[in-house]
Amino acid sequence: MDYYLSVATFAGLNVILALSLNLISGFCGQVSLGHAAFYGLGAYAAALCSVAGLPMGVSVAVGMLVAGGFGIVTGFAALRVREDFLAIVTMGVGFLFLGAVRKQAWLGAEMGIAKIPSPLDKWGYAALAIGGAVAVLLLSLHVRRSWMGRAFGAVAQDEDAARSIGVDVSGYKIAAFFIGTAAAGLAGGIYAHMTQLVVPDAFNFVQSVTILAMVVVGGIGSTLGVVAGAVLLTLMPEMFRFINDYKLLVYGGLLLLVMRFSPEGLAGLVHRVTGRRLA
Amino acid sequence: MLEGVGLGIAFGGVRAVNGVNLRVERGELAGLIGPNGAGKTTLLRLLTGVLAPEAGSVRFEGKDVTRVPIHRRAQLGFVLTHQIVRPFREMTLLENVMVAAASEVTRRPWRALASVEVWPARQRALALLERLGIADAADKPAHSVPLGYLKRMQVARALALEPRLLMLDEPLAGLNYTEAARFADLIVQLNAEGTTIVLVEHNLGEVTRIAGRLLVLHNGAILAEGEPREVMARKDVRDAYLGVQAAHA
Repeated sequence: MDYYLSVATFAGLNVILALSLNLISGFCGQVSLGHAAFYGLGAYAAALCSVAGLPMGVSVAVGMLVAGGFGIVTGFAALRVREDFLAIVTMGVGFLFLGAVRKQAWLGAEMGIAKIPSPLDKWGYAALAIGGAVAVLLLSLHVRRSWMGRAFGAVAQDEDAARSIGVDVSGYKIAAFFIGTAAAGLAGGIYAHMTQLVVPDAFNFVQSVTILAMVVVGGIGSTLGVVAGAVLLTLMPEMFRFINDYKLLVYGGLLLLVMRFSPEGLAGLVHRVTGRRLA
Repeated sequence: MLEGVGLGIAFGGVRAVNGVNLRVERGELAGLIGPNGAGKTTLLRLLTGVLAPEAGSVRFEGKDVTRVPIHRRAQLGFVLTHQIVRPFREMTLLENVMVAAASEVTRRPWRALASVEVWPARQRALALLERLGIADAADKPAHSVPLGYLKRMQVARALALEPRLLMLDEPLAGLNYTEAARFADLIVQLNAEGTTIVLVEHNLGEVTRIAGRLLVLHNGAILAEGEPREVMARKDVRDAYLGVQAAHA
């Protein structure tokens, strides 16, 4: 049972991560290849707070704010560069986070932070992760339906045209980065308390590519597609153990296949087969 | 209403716009013409804020807007349509116009997040599409409709912002004779309803027909301005404009 609870918890966390990246890249069109850094920022900030004696709820909230704060800073970079240059900048943010954390003694350097208090049992973490995933799912569906979603669409499709009809492109990009990275911070906070240990390697480039693969496989921009992509890519390595050893290779291959044969991912396949667009 | 004072910008060693002074009065329909490379689009970009001038300033309704970003100018009622039509390609024509029609709501991201009410913007956008004669394609994605529709959609999108000053960059380019004449009539009608319009145009026949005043730009400077027929009759204008055209032909 413990095993299934743990898989369910990770599926929940991955749904949060994939949906949060989808908010930035799918809705607002801003490429991000360093999303794991914000997951890590949330985890480290929450871990530090919890170790310092703060209750878990407060620690997770601080993790979200720290991740969101750094997300805003990254958002400012998105005001200066676009597309492939933004991809490189966000990848750099990921490496910068890892490089900085690995050298900081107060963050435990390579050994990370251990003995993080864990106030919940496995059921509690599974419920929290799935509850968080449902909350981010509902938020995503709401954003899509709201005028923010339409303005994000305008920014994603043509920034200059959006500006010329009065859309504050910079404000929307920063908002997308804030919401998306704060949500990644939520996943980080839950992860830190569940595992009671955070180490830099859990938030490396492979993790960023994994999150990106979930979004692309599910169908970038489609909330339900991305949920399906995240669940599928969480279960796949569990069902086929060998995938775990070749994760980067398999995910890289999957990304290539999806881009070549179904650029709209699983959501695109559903659309082609049923004629209905997923939300 | 709009005033450009000493506007200038250079690209490399070329002074694309060189110390241009111009005034656009409330309610007028002014045409800005000039041979290829005269600096018309650059001047328009300086006026609307797409480019920041190296010299000079822009005033809109008495307020210095030289450093005001494009989206803020659009919110103030100073709206530009692009020379190459720039629709949101994945949206329908209706959705394209709706985003502009909801500009009061989309002005601030957090307010936009709190608002899901589509009906008022939808009604306004539909009325504008009808007004421009393209309501039949309202639900078609922008990437699937012909250029004439997109040109009209772009004007509908600009009108959704309730502009007081509309700057149209070559709105007739790419349209056939009949479409261009019909579109030009629409511009006259919009102007008659109170929108001040500056028209940058290559279609000399139409612009001379509809503009109340012409400004001729040559080598980045204003060469002549005044009543269209008088301006077009001037020898220096013909030499600069038509002479260059003849040389190209």
